[in-house]
Amino acid sequence: MGKTLFEKVWDAHSVKTLSNGQTQLLIGTHLIHEVTSPQAFGMLRERGLSVRFPKRTFATVDHIVPTNEAVEPYSDSLAQGMIEELRNNCVENDITFFDTNTGHQGIVHIVGPEQGITQPGTTIACGDSHTSTHGAFGAIAFGIGTSQVRDVLATQTIALNELKVRRINVNGKLAPGVYAKDVILHIIRTLGTNGGTGFAYEYGGEVFDGFSMEERMTVCNMSIEGGARVGYVNPDDITFEYLKGRKYCPKDADFDQAVECWRNFASDADCQYDDVVTINASEIQPTVTWGITPGQGIGINECIPTIESGETQSARASIAEALDHMSFEGGSELKGKKIDVAFLGSCTNGRLSDLKEVAHYLKGKKVAEGVKAIVVPGSQVVAKIAKSLGLDEIFTEAGFEWRGAGCSMCLAMNPDKLIGNQLCASSSNRNFKGRQGSPTGRTLLMSPIMVAAAAITGEVSDAREIFEF
Amino acid sequence: MNENSITKIEGRAVFVPGDDVDTDRIIPARFMKCITFDGLGEFLFYDVRYKEDGSKKEHNLNDERFSEATIIVGGNNFGCGSSREHAPQSIQKAGFNAVIAGSFAEIFFGNSTNLGVVCVVVGDDDRKQIADLIDKQPELVVSIDLEALKVNIGEYSFDCLIKQDARKSLLEGSFDALSELLEGNSEVDTVVSGLHYIND
Ligand code: SF4
Repeated sequence: MGKTLFEKVWDAHSVKTLSNGQTQLLIGTHLIHEVTSPQAFGMLRERGLSVRFPKRTFATVDHIVPTNEAVEPYSDSLAQGMIEELRNNCVENDITFFDTNTGHQGIVHIVGPEQGITQPGTTIACGDSHTSTHGAFGAIAFGIGTSQVRDVLATQTIALNELKVRRINVNGKLAPGVYAKDVILHIIRTLGTNGGTGFAYEYGGEVFDGFSMEERMTVCNMSIEGGARVGYVNPDDITFEYLKGRKYCPKDADFDQAVECWRNFASDADCQYDDVVTINASEIQPTVTWGITPGQGIGINECIPTIESGETQSARASIAEALDHMSFEGGSELKGKKIDVAFLGSCTNGRLSDLKEVAHYLKGKKVAEGVKAIVVPGSQVVAKIAKSLGLDEIFTEAGFEWRGAGCSMCLAMNPDKLIGNQLCASSSNRNFKGRQGSPTGRTLLMSPIMVAAAAITGEVSDAREIFEF
Repeated sequence: MNENSITKIEGRAVFVPGDDVDTDRIIPARFMKCITFDGLGEFLFYDVRYKEDGSKKEHNLNDERFSEATIIVGGNNFGCGSSREHAPQSIQKAGFNAVIAGSFAEIFFGNSTNLGVVCVVVGDDDRKQIADLIDKQPELVVSIDLEALKVNIGEYSFDCLIKQDARKSLLEGSFDALSELLEGNSEVDTVVSGLHYIND
């Protein structure tokens, strides 16, 4: 019987079985950032340990970097302290750091793929739950806690339980105006925010076969929002084409050899999945969240659920809590709700293809009066290419603020924050209470093109009615 | 078994209602601008406990009757969201050493276990009963018995669940895996030698 990619990668990286029954798994590639690594270096120092394979850890700074302030020291001394701590830890331990002056800094999940560090058949860990993004390349990529960051630094391994594998097929063709973001919001809505607990999600089917790497990353990124710690797509020619020529990838004949090896990691045709879910692409609508979990999403033309529609007591309580926080009425339309802020960016949708797609439709249009719209490239590389294509001008002419690379308004660790109960159309991945910096702030998750539509009209809109697809 | 071994957790409990209590709620990101975990306890559930003007909200966590609680009773999918260990660290630093919930998000569960914060699963109806009991009598001691897999409170006893490996490492006191991982160093070299991308 064949094996899944998950099993193959797992087997190739298993070191041994630990006394409690968990597996000691080798982590081939380790990514770190400023928020979850300093304590780990501190723990190493405390125990007198050193970094075992410094060449296998790569660092960047993303969460705390201000996107409208390029010169240090930053006005926030805590942020300044964090970037310096990371800098020192990298120098002291001989770790590659994509610092702000390198031209390669950016959100960790954008930098890894962009540099060719993220490769098929590998294990990747990072102290960040959206590490699942890297699964788009056929890697098994885990978000880990800081004690495990310490473990990887000290031993290049962590203790883990093997996961089951759920294959999610999306077959058919997506309608115009429906994007990768809608696919994953639809999957989470369908399977629930904890439906993926204990599973790795393997995404496949016609839609994924046709997706670019950036679209695959958008979906894998939000696996964790569905409760799955790992999400991946089997590597194929699209994957190899993307990786060719990237800095940390093998070159020339070595690359061809690597491709052969990578190809073999793909799930075998006769492998056995623990579960299979099939979704028809034509059912997927532009999807927007109305509540406070990423599972609370609806098609743009559906109504916000009423409390009574919840099937269980706890479902009703969740709806009630969400409606209360969002100040929405059950049964009302989401379409037409006035927005205050439009945020285009994050590790879900801050890539070049996202900016390009939006710019294409935005040309000649204007952001509605009273809406604060910002666009934040996911990395300095994305920013540079976008500028060379003149995208920055299209955005600024339309009334968006063009910012420097970072996590920005995806979460509240830098100056980009919601104020009071502002309503934000956001291309990011989490709509938790307080996520965007104001405890009463409200987030609507949607695709970049839907963010653009909301920015232009000043209200939640169906992009298909605003733009010609 | 060693001195770290955890077989039983006993203490008062506090009910934190709601499903999908995410890590941003447990510790809002703005409090993670720090390079150590010290002092995080103060900010546990900050926005749940305080209004924007800094005044206290009405919540069990602000209720004097539960001020001595060391166990949190929560809902389903507790700890979903980010992988930030800041979440269980703030729980532990605020003086809690166990969470009883309907289910846990995976990374949160692992992070908590690594720190010796015991996370056990108890069914919805039973949890509701526990919440009612502590609401009526906050001084009742809740005990989580990891050997018998029971949560006992007053004259009541409920079944609880915990992943086998986590239970074993808590009972044996080996929940911090680092020492055992370090023992595997030579085996690590063998695995590494078979992986091209690490060698080149
Ligand atoms: S963009 Fe948002 S989700 Fe992604 S790494 Fe940054 S903070 Fe996390």
